Amino acid sequence: MSASHSIEAIKKHRRTYLTVFLCLLVGTALTVGMYYVHFQHLSTTVTIALIVATVKASLVAAFFMHLSHERKAIYSTLLVTACFLAAMMWLFIHTRTDVPLDTEFPATKYVPHSSTPAKP
Amino acid sequence: MEATTHAKHGHDTHAETHHHEPGFMQKYIFSTDHKTIGIQYGVTALLFLFFGFSLMAMMRWSIAYPGKALPVVGSILHALLGDAVSAVNNPDTHQLIGYAMSPDLYNSFGAMHGTIMVFLAIVPLAFAAFGNYVVPLQIGAIDMAFPRVNMASFHCYFLGGVVMFASFFIPGGAAKSGWTSYSPLATVADMGHRFNGQTFWIIGMVLLITSSLLGAVNFIATIIQLRAPGMTWMRLPFFVWAQFVTAFILLLAFPPLEAAGVMQLMDNLFGTSFFLPSGLMMGGTTPLHVSGGGSPLLWQHLFWFLGHPEVYVLILPAMGIVAEIIANNTRKPLYGYKSLVYSVLAIGFISFIVWAHHMYLTGMGTKISTFFQTTTMIISIPSVIILTCLFISLWGGSIRFNTPMLFALAFLPMFGIGGLTGLPLGFNFADLHLHDTYYVIAHFHYVVAPGTIFGLFAGVYFWYPKITGRFMSERLGKIHFWLSLIFMNAIFQPMFLQGMSGMIRRMYDGGAGYSLAKNPDTISALSEKIMALNIPISHAAWALGLSQIPFIFNFFWSIRHGRKVESDNPWQSSTLEWQTPTPPPHGNFDKPIEVFGMPYAYSVPGASSDFTPQNEPGDSPRR
Amino acid sequence: MDIPYTTKARPDTGLFNAKLGIWLFLASEVMLFGALFSSYILLRVGADPGAWPQGLLNIPIGTFNTAVLITSSVTVVLGWSALQMNNFKAYRKFQAVTILCALGFLGIKSFEYSDKFTHYEIWFKDGHRQTGHVYHNGKKVWFWNNKSLEGSPAVTDAKGNVKEAAVPAVAEFEFHPDARHYAAAAPAELAAAPVEHAAAETGHGAAAHPAITVKSSDIRRLSAFVPSHSTYFAIYFTLTALHGLHVLGGALVIAFLWGPGAKMWKTDPERYTNRVEISGLFWHFVDLVWIFLFPILYLL
Repeated sequence: MSASHSIEAIKKHRRTYLTVFLCLLVGTALTVGMYYVHFQHLSTTVTIALIVATVKASLVAAFFMHLSHERKAIYSTLLVTACFLAAMMWLFIHTRTDVPLDTEFPATKYVPHSSTPAKP
Repeated sequence: MEATTHAKHGHDTHAETHHHEPGFMQKYIFSTDHKTIGIQYGVTALLFLFFGFSLMAMMRWSIAYPGKALPVVGSILHALLGDAVSAVNNPDTHQLIGYAMSPDLYNSFGAMHGTIMVFLAIVPLAFAAFGNYVVPLQIGAIDMAFPRVNMASFHCYFLGGVVMFASFFIPGGAAKSGWTSYSPLATVADMGHRFNGQTFWIIGMVLLITSSLLGAVNFIATIIQLRAPGMTWMRLPFFVWAQFVTAFILLLAFPPLEAAGVMQLMDNLFGTSFFLPSGLMMGGTTPLHVSGGGSPLLWQHLFWFLGHPEVYVLILPAMGIVAEIIANNTRKPLYGYKSLVYSVLAIGFISFIVWAHHMYLTGMGTKISTFFQTTTMIISIPSVIILTCLFISLWGGSIRFNTPMLFALAFLPMFGIGGLTGLPLGFNFADLHLHDTYYVIAHFHYVVAPGTIFGLFAGVYFWYPKITGRFMSERLGKIHFWLSLIFMNAIFQPMFLQGMSGMIRRMYDGGAGYSLAKNPDTISALSEKIMALNIPISHAAWALGLSQIPFIFNFFWSIRHGRKVESDNPWQSSTLEWQTPTPPPHGNFDKPIEVFGMPYAYSVPGASSDFTPQNEPGDSPRR
Repeated sequence: MDIPYTTKARPDTGLFNAKLGIWLFLASEVMLFGALFSSYILLRVGADPGAWPQGLLNIPIGTFNTAVLITSSVTVVLGWSALQMNNFKAYRKFQAVTILCALGFLGIKSFEYSDKFTHYEIWFKDGHRQTGHVYHNGKKVWFWNNKSLEGSPAVTDAKGNVKEAAVPAVAEFEFHPDARHYAAAAPAELAAAPVEHAAAETGHGAAAHPAITVKSSDIRRLSAFVPSHSTYFAIYFTLTALHGLHVLGGALVIAFLWGPGAKMWKTDPERYTNRVEISGLFWHFVDLVWIFLFPILYLL
């Protein structure tokens, strides 16, 4: 397969790789910068951080791992994996949130340490 | 194994394909040939099957006659494992009370029986042994895609087995928290010993998981990449499909357990609290000296995320074997080949989202319970389709009742019973009553013992002539079959009754102490009739052990003295593994293979012979 | 006897064996790390209030390490494309950078680890908590916990020879507290007071309070930032150590192909290029895992 690629095409790819590299650095800077901004809600930080991380990961997968032009067998395998991973994460979290008697989880409320003696 | 391969090479007329004669180590220990590895797996797994059975036989003694000295083996175990009475002074010996089994030892045996049977016996036998030997042959490949990875897989498995076996002899004894190793029990059960049985269990499991992962990668790559020309997906024998789905399940379900194992290892060795909740107390009023904040449920999630797909790892290869044998011995194509294939794919897929039906009693909410209950009911549909297709395949066939066929036929109703009794366990309301009782034990043993193991026996009898060039004795085989069938049912049928009457599992005295502690008039006490069933069940279990003697004898005797095969294809099968020399040489086929049709071309109308091998064009059009 | 499609792609699937193999392996790795990420979420959502440390990791170093890993990833892919263009020398240079980056990553990581092992949290009996560094006899101490304060009697063998000398109990020690405890103030309050921001950082770069002397009798719990400190550090060390093992494994493979394995370039260049591609795929996956690890462990 590598033989079928012309030198020109490979050179073009190398430019793509460098662009992706820059994007990744920018993404990293963005995530770290966001940390110092301190949004009102933790959820904003989490969402932004995860979106940036997902974009970065997709870039690595699509270009460095050349998933942007791969074969069907690999796509199907990864699709199945993604389904199971999503099922695992979603159901784990769902069992955590779906508990009888409307139990409230302590971590949803923020309590400074001074007012709560730390639990053993 | 040595003897088997010896006979194999005695017949090896194709030795000239070797450039040089490999030495003993290369031929038997570091072999990269898929057939040798298959045999290595098979023999090791059969030994572990026997070992796991022996553990159970001793446990059944403790259940039937609690506190009584173990006959014959009591003194041996006492010498090997030490006395529990002296444990007051020396906590390292924790095993026997006189020559009788201590509760701790019962727990160890129980945990290790499950672990050994599932991870060291049945999975390696069903998936790795038969898969390694048969799959490359059936798809017309010369070997697996990664022969050295294949070898590494066996070595990991073997090492894992050694670690598990060694754990019996370390201070504190083997893991004793059930094959599920639920935390926090698994972490605190043996805290006095830093490297305790549980640590060994985890390390052993990590090795076994690695082995399975390597195997799974290899199988999938082999099936996708190395099919012979013309072997399209819908021309694959059903056994290959079953192995394909099994490999995917292993590939994707095992890693979460590996993650869980690493976390439990951290809990045991480095004092973390992944699975230990805050304020956990143990036999006192001071909380355990850990940071807390962990979640016991997390272990159960990760464990059962593997654990339930694992059930299908156990059953699918057996279904594949049974399908092959039924098609061959009814001399007609499998009914509904495509439905079988789609069903097995559906099973593989749905098996990943049913796991929490093992966890109804952990306090899950109703929404999530309903979800898992629904998926559990859905997954029974493809299972039933497979069973129905196999039943209908029998219709109108001229059935040859040889030993493999008898085992395959018995598989159908036995697996049927196992599957149907699973439905009440899948309903969360019925599970409230049946959870953790002998009913559960009977249910899953019906699936794996008379189910999977019968399928595996069928496979051994069926492919033995290809591996050794000789048949196993039919007469001994039939004795083995009928005795096994009778005693299997004699063991597990009464357990349904015990379970429904409320007998809880994992009681070393079979519920004697539990019954004493209860007022006999209350509803939860076990009646004398139910308690009395313990003894006949145990006797049936030992009788089942004795009925394996004809098999063991047959297995070794037939290597040299069995009836020789008349041809390379003694069962007149149309699949590719029979179109090779017997036994297949290194490289498998003596001619290039091209596939022209369906795997089950039996009794094709208008054909000149009863069957048309897949690699022959044939004189009559086939599907 | 040669197994088909070890180098050339199978026409109908378009893949050579090892490429399918590595992707299958990576799929299982996705599930492995996915399970650990799921555990992270579950543990974090279920954490007791104030028990989930934040801001204790060294963010500048973490950021630098991220950049190091990203750089190594791009050099891998550049090295591979150099091989495709038959430029073996350029490949060697690029992969040398990769290996150096991998070693750099591991070196920085072990520095971070050692830093954690000398950083402590103290739970006082009056209920308040402080993080900081413990000094004893003028030296930073490693891996201390409650047991270290108790001391231990001398261990003698049967003949009465002393095998281990007695360790005296520690009655008091010097403590250099950090400016702020991680559970001290909500992020919302911090946002309202941006001026104090820099000083309010916990852990590194913090303006430390003057050293104090702590009496052992006042302490309910003392723990270095080791896995048993809390579920946060437990999952931090598990995830990063597992990731570190992957880095090490990947680096070994790449180094093997760079060094002794490079002989194959002369005999079978196409197969060698494939091998480099496979090792590269694994390496990018390791990078990809870190891309998620970094924000969730360091920043959130």
